[in-house]
Amino acid sequence: MPGLRLEIITPERVVHQDDVDMVIAPGSEGYLGILPHHAPLLTALGHGELRVKKGGTETSLAVFGGFMDIGPDHVVVLTDAAEHAEEIDEQRAEAARARAKAALEAGPVGVDEQRARAELSRAITRLRVSERRRRRP
Amino acid sequence: MPSERELRRRIRSVKNIQQLTRAMQLVAASKMRRAQEAVLAARPFEARLRTVLNDLAPYADPEISPLLRKRPVKKVAVILVTTDRGLVGPMNVNLLRATLRQMAQAPGSAWIAVGRKGIGSLRRTHQNVLAEFPGIPDRPTTGDTNAIARAAVDEFVSGNVDEVHLAFTRFINTLRQEPTIRRLLPLAPEEEDDDTRVPKQYIFEPDPETVLRQILPRLIEVAVYQAVLESKASQFSAQMVAMRNATDAAGDLISDYTLAANKARQGRITKEMLEIATGAEALKG
Repeated sequence: MPGLRLEIITPERVVHQDDVDMVIAPGSEGYLGILPHHAPLLTALGHGELRVKKGGTETSLAVFGGFMDIGPDHVVVLTDAAEHAEEIDEQRAEAARARAKAALEAGPVGVDEQRARAELSRAITRLRVSERRRRRP
Repeated sequence: MPSERELRRRIRSVKNIQQLTRAMQLVAASKMRRAQEAVLAARPFEARLRTVLNDLAPYADPEISPLLRKRPVKKVAVILVTTDRGLVGPMNVNLLRATLRQMAQAPGSAWIAVGRKGIGSLRRTHQNVLAEFPGIPDRPTTGDTNAIARAAVDEFVSGNVDEVHLAFTRFINTLRQEPTIRRLLPLAPEEEDDDTRVPKQYIFEPDPETVLRQILPRLIEVAVYQAVLESKASQFSAQMVAMRNATDAAGDLISDYTLAANKARQGRITKEMLEIATGAEALKG
């Protein structure tokens, strides 16, 4: 069976590196599933959950932006940040979500507003990914 | 020949220096380990980004982004990444010398100085410094270095400079670091004879322009970040080695002085005994 080489790389380190069966990634235009022999594709990524299927088990990561280079035998995810679902600190994410929300409600002002929105989006992604993991048996 | 007392005094002071250099060596060694790990972990990202850019070469239309636009070169800016502190051996001097040699061919030059050592040298020699970035933390994040990238992009896009080069000390291993200078802007893919490789037919989502516009600025940021990490790893490696050499040299000096002091002491005792013997002889007679 042909493999699919997955690499998830951030500017700081290589987060994940494995031969896998399928990758489901949060493209900027919506989620897309990648199987081996995919046509070369380059897509921007949004904030969201990246799911990796390998031999019947599924792992998931939260990824935040960047892009993805897909070839017939490889998927390279170059992202600003990526975290394994089990590494996510829910309490911290929840606190960050509350803080960002409060900042946004306090009033929209320029750069701070952008930062708060980005923060909110990251926190929501983290919580969603983490929650999905807990629900899985 | 210095007196015995003078020698003892020197031994004491060299011992103090040795304690100091040994402490600095240990500190540098622990920072070195962390900095080396960081640089090695970060290399794949930039390398991957570059291969992607090379694959994209056929789509990289200069109309899409000003970062791709080549112009006749009248003025070249150099991002010079040096350390904030000294005691790193010849690292900064080597880099500066290599960079100046290369820049001698450029029609006009300007500098973006990172690190206090480089800032100082450039000011002393009255170079045209566009921006200064002192005090980059020992464990930098992209947040710390993006301001440097932004300054470079601004100078280039505004037409103030026609090329931007990146000069830093590349980390090879603990004993070797190498001055490295390479072009950062314009972002032209590495030249290759196109016949050897069939360009990949890419699908873009949402479209080539959006994707390229997103990738190109990231590449600049990451290249600068990587250069800073390389420089940090080089800095602590060079510092550790310099301090180890200093500690060893102090040890050699101490044993030399100890030998000289013991000889002096022995000479003094022999002389005293001779005097006593002569005195006793004289009394007898």
